[in-house]
Amino acid sequence: MSTLWRVADVVSGVPETETSRTIGLRVDGLMGNLAGQHIDIRLTADDGYTAVRSYSVATASMDEIIEITVDELANGEVSPYLVRDLAVGDQLEIRGPVGGWFVWRPTDTNPVQLIAGGSGIVPLMSMIRAHEASENPSPFRLLYSLKSPEAGFYREELLTLGQQSPKLTVDYVYTRSVPQGWPTAPKRLTAETLLANILPPDATPDTFICGQTIFVETVAEWLVESGYPAASIKTERFGGTGGTR
Amino acid sequence: MGIISSGFHGKRQTGNPALPPGQYETASFPVLTAGPAPYVATADWEFFIRTEAGERHAWSWDAFMALPQVDIRTDIHCVTSWSKLGTSWRGVSLDTLFEDVETTSDYTTAHSYGGYTTNVPLQDLRDGQAWVAWEFDGEPLERAHGGPARLLVPHLYFWKSAKWINGIELTQDDLPGFWESNGYHIHGDPWREERYS
Repeated sequence: MSTLWRVADVVSGVPETETSRTIGLRVDGLMGNLAGQHIDIRLTADDGYTAVRSYSVATASMDEIIEITVDELANGEVSPYLVRDLAVGDQLEIRGPVGGWFVWRPTDTNPVQLIAGGSGIVPLMSMIRAHEASENPSPFRLLYSLKSPEAGFYREELLTLGQQSPKLTVDYVYTRSVPQGWPTAPKRLTAETLLANILPPDATPDTFICGQTIFVETVAEWLVESGYPAASIKTERFGGTGGTR
Repeated sequence: MGIISSGFHGKRQTGNPALPPGQYETASFPVLTAGPAPYVATADWEFFIRTEAGERHAWSWDAFMALPQVDIRTDIHCVTSWSKLGTSWRGVSLDTLFEDVETTSDYTTAHSYGGYTTNVPLQDLRDGQAWVAWEFDGEPLERAHGGPARLLVPHLYFWKSAKWINGIELTQDDLPGFWESNGYHIHGDPWREERYS
């Protein structure tokens, strides 16, 4: 079932930032995905050489079309092709969507705290979209840690949702440059800043953290030290195999 | 052959016969866990084996370190497609730990500090295929990588090599563990690409 390779048509390709792009894929008979799941993408060269990578799904509709957002990794094998070369009308192969752990379901009842570092926003955006499309009344709060305003994914949509949605709060932390008129200078995320911008432990949130390994590890440690139960924290690493970059 | 992506050439690492299908080689050691890393002091650490009859064998850290220690050099393969070749470990063979254990069970569940579980058939743990490892590359195993000690079953995808290992429970049936209940394969042989359920 989900483990078979299926052909996907590339139906859209829209730049998110200078180094990333959102790609729409249509797969016959696909029934969407759970919010937070990923797919595997397989590229095949003309001599049969293949490369497979996993990408989180950004959308959350019960549809034949899903979107992924790919950030180009320096020295990456697959991501530069997906960001720079892949064209609408091309085909590639996908496996999935898969994953039953780092997912949010509309039947979940706890408040939700999402914490994204850079491109780690992708599976969390899927959860936000699923939540907005549902009747689920639980409050969602997103903390989005970014190098700069220009590095943000889904900027317009998050800006609009942050202003208009009655059940979503969006907070930003900028680590290298800030938007014009921003009240604070850019700085590294600290435990103090983190805790000031998320739901408190007594709100008993389910927390999802996604980003580079060091970001995820650090934030998860701070949360546990601050009284958030480890069992309420789900983590996912993002952006290649990381760790040494 | 699948769909051809014209203009895609790739980096050609997978010609290496040490790489299972669909894997690429990485020099780094990525950290992949489902939640925060638990903290376990060696003074509080224990490793147990519990049989289907309820018999419990247990080792404190000191008792465990007094067992014969072996060096292991092996390739490891993560289901997320990275492989790390020629890694060096030190630990105790499961053959040593199972020496005095009597069982008729065919399956096991590995239990970790922090609540993680994974199921492994007993035959995949015996005959020099699995260890409880506490040293990596000549250094004590870092907490992020499962320290003080982790299960090491390198012929299966690395999620089977449970970090922060606490013990092994023998079971009559093959009971899905944590990832096995969340979309991943019940067995996890990288050479057969047993990735997803």
